[in-house]
Amino acid sequence: MSDNLLSLKHVSKEYSGNKVLKDINIELKKGEIHALIGENGAGKSTLMNILFGMSVIHTTGGYEGTIEIEGKETHIKSPHDAMDYGIGMVHQEFMLIPGFSIMENVKLNREITKPNLVSPIFGKRLETLNIEQMNEDTRKALDLLDMDIEEYVQVAGLPVGHMQFIEIAREIDKTGIKILVFDEPTAVLAESEAANLLKAMKKLAQKGIGILFISHRLDEIIDVADVVTVLRDGEHVATKKVKDTNKYEIAQLMVGRSITIDREEGTNRNIVDETILDIENLFVAMPGERVKGVDIKVKKGEIVGIGGLAGQGKLGIANGIMGIFPAKGEVKFKGKKSALNDPKSAIKSGLAFVSEDRKGVGLLLDESIESNIAFSAMQIYNEFLVNAGPVKLKDSKKIREHANKMIKELDIRCTSSMQRVGSLSGGNQQKVCVARALTLAPELLLVSEPTRGIDIGAKKLVLDLLKQLNNEGMTIIMTSSELAELRSICDRILIICEGKVEGVLPPDAPDAEFGLMMSGSGNGNMEGREA
Amino acid sequence: MNNENISERLNKSKVSTWVADNIVSLIFVAFTLFGFLVSDGVTMNFFLTELSSRFFRNAFLVLALVIPVVAGLGLNFGIVVGAMAGQIAIAIVLYFGWGGLNGLLLTMLIALPIATLFGYLTGMLYNKTRGQEMIASLMVGYFANGIYQFLFLFVVGVIIKVPKTHPMIKPDGVGVRMTVDMGAYDKGGLKYTLDKIWEIPFMWAILAIFAAILLLQLWKIIRNKKNPALYRYNKTMTVINIILCLAMIAISVQAITTNSSLMMVRKVPVVTGLFIVALCIFNELILKTKLGQDFRSVGQSQHIAEVSGINVDKTRIIATIMSTVFAAWGQIMYLQNMGTLNTYGAHTQIGMFSVAALLVGGASTQKAGVKHAIMGTILFNSMFIMSPEIGLSLFGNALLGEYFRTFMVYGVIGLALGLHVWRTNKKGKVTLN
Repeated sequence: MSDNLLSLKHVSKEYSGNKVLKDINIELKKGEIHALIGENGAGKSTLMNILFGMSVIHTTGGYEGTIEIEGKETHIKSPHDAMDYGIGMVHQEFMLIPGFSIMENVKLNREITKPNLVSPIFGKRLETLNIEQMNEDTRKALDLLDMDIEEYVQVAGLPVGHMQFIEIAREIDKTGIKILVFDEPTAVLAESEAANLLKAMKKLAQKGIGILFISHRLDEIIDVADVVTVLRDGEHVATKKVKDTNKYEIAQLMVGRSITIDREEGTNRNIVDETILDIENLFVAMPGERVKGVDIKVKKGEIVGIGGLAGQGKLGIANGIMGIFPAKGEVKFKGKKSALNDPKSAIKSGLAFVSEDRKGVGLLLDESIESNIAFSAMQIYNEFLVNAGPVKLKDSKKIREHANKMIKELDIRCTSSMQRVGSLSGGNQQKVCVARALTLAPELLLVSEPTRGIDIGAKKLVLDLLKQLNNEGMTIIMTSSELAELRSICDRILIICEGKVEGVLPPDAPDAEFGLMMSGSGNGNMEGREA
Repeated sequence: MNNENISERLNKSKVSTWVADNIVSLIFVAFTLFGFLVSDGVTMNFFLTELSSRFFRNAFLVLALVIPVVAGLGLNFGIVVGAMAGQIAIAIVLYFGWGGLNGLLLTMLIALPIATLFGYLTGMLYNKTRGQEMIASLMVGYFANGIYQFLFLFVVGVIIKVPKTHPMIKPDGVGVRMTVDMGAYDKGGLKYTLDKIWEIPFMWAILAIFAAILLLQLWKIIRNKKNPALYRYNKTMTVINIILCLAMIAISVQAITTNSSLMMVRKVPVVTGLFIVALCIFNELILKTKLGQDFRSVGQSQHIAEVSGINVDKTRIIATIMSTVFAAWGQIMYLQNMGTLNTYGAHTQIGMFSVAALLVGGASTQKAGVKHAIMGTILFNSMFIMSPEIGLSLFGNALLGEYFRTFMVYGVIGLALGLHVWRTNKKGKVTLN
């Protein structure tokens, strides 16, 4: 036990009564690569925040359990403490200053200085920078990583792979670094760059540094890690030696849920064998959710689910079709080619969109329910308007009638149709979004993250509503990060990974297949499947 | 890992953005040249005399703007507050009649704590108005002007008792006069105290300046030869600079030896020049210290600097204090050259004009250096001199040029800010590639 570099013992954390981490035990040995895997929201970032003493942990009541570094119990109260204990982090989003050279970034706020004429009077801050020494140190760190790039090159314009390495160089340049945390380091890298990175990680581990490796790419974990810990919904599911396990098992552990999926087929469903929406080679430049060429065919009357991990591009598809982010490719709706990058014509052609960004794109929070419901129809179809000579006026009476009808049909809980939308609960806000989309009388409804940020009871209501709409003949494309809800109402589920369709699964496919596809190993061989 | 590709790509983007980066400066060069073409009344002598006196008056103030830009505070219109500190110090010294060189140095000494306090308060305000520093700095200037007027129009006389007969005080005994004569340097006043210590002919100054620049360039090359990795320099720029220096040295030597008409240009104040050079060197050297590196880190990304453990707020306040103190001294140098203290008007314009000058030199809200300040002061004042001449020769009315001058000042600020936003948007725009 004495060779444990870091051990987390019975670590739990709750945010205002909501347990997000339950009894986590992790042990990291010297020179070991310990992989941490879990879906979004499994508690990986909370765990890291605890390890780095981030203020968000302490302002919300701290954590339970103990952290031991080299066998001694420690209390990490700030990121600075963490640094003193020799814990370093390679961030997912780069903490690099683009306008600085590599050396300046590596030495950021750890600059080496030498005294000059005025520094004895005005203090250490006015000492001259020792550029020569700093260059030398940086060179050493870069050499350790087999980087043959000059240390004085500016960071802006370098490929992302280099940036990742500069971050690592910064961490290993810190004296006494013992533990390095890699937070999804390969998420932004190309394949060859990722291979380089993994090589570097192994090399660092050989030098005796303990590495915590957060990733959702199963292949990589199998490739480099010694031990893997799986988290799910804040619970410590399992810790296994990599050589004793396989992809399939890890995937199953990651996705597997105790809750059963209750799924009932609609009574009078009517899926026609007619393709209503045909997407070919769609590219969408949505920041953080890039789509890199997907083909999807949707049949009339279907509910198609789009799933996948965050940042893989599943949200970009609906946003691209609706023209919210720049897109290219071919989208045919009802056999007619629809114009991309033009929200107005997309809506006019019979599409409607309930955005995942309810508060930003979806709703006018300071407006009333009725104007929110009528807004799009007023803009696009000139509905709810009366002509008064040269100007058009709102037809308040018609709007109110329609809004009241919608409120009744969708069971929106509110005091009146004049209530401010911002004061509604999340579930009711979502229903207002749906009501507005329905006001457009669409033939195809795109819904993104319909249950995000709303409580369990309301979730069921929203899903039931979608099912009911579908029974009435509406085609629905639902994008969601919650696999369970996709599986409860969709006819088939597309899993998006790295901007492409990784595969299509029926809702009752086994957990492990979903897990493998979400980790980008869907097409890999399924060895050990029987194990 | 392919380094060649990277440097190639960086070079390519450099060439294509050069014009866009320097568009404001190019407009001003073209404007000045156009002025020479259309107006026949302007002699080189007149132009250079005007330009040199304006340059030595304004350069220090423009240089005071460099540090806040480096520290990410943008264009510090708040140097107006520093100028007020300088004027308060001048008013105190004039009131007690301490003239001469000692009086001027005393003025600077008195201005130091006042400007430090003002700078500290302004800096705190900037920290509270993060992201809106520029508009805050503009407003703080107007706000401080109100307090300044209260101080000079009411406090002096009503709260601080002063004799009615004092030449600075209004006849009714309350408030300071609109204009206060600062008195001649040799008669116990402050006018020209700095300028008249040592003056040399214009062409000698040109010779000295360009000889110094030439030596600097050569030193850079030698340093690079010794240690190419550590000291890098831009080869083409250095060659151009050296050719330019040699040309200017040749012209000045020719003028001196033949005693040509260029020798008739008004003499140049050496000590004022040395003050300007000193601030230039300070601005450069501070960047080579830990504090300077912190300025740059904070200026590039407050978030990353904060995460790295730099005290961002304190660093920004130090930058603001430095700028404010330099502005106070700059205003003192400006006024000793003017010779009269325009009590309620002298400081109001300097924020706008200095900022415009810096922008004309090719600086932006995020990038500024000594080079930009010096070039900008020269180009901006050239425009100031030429615009009435252009108005006169094109429209027969010098006043039209005057209007044009105002248009150019505010137009340049607007253009530079607009270009900056346009470029940032372009950079941040989401594209499919």
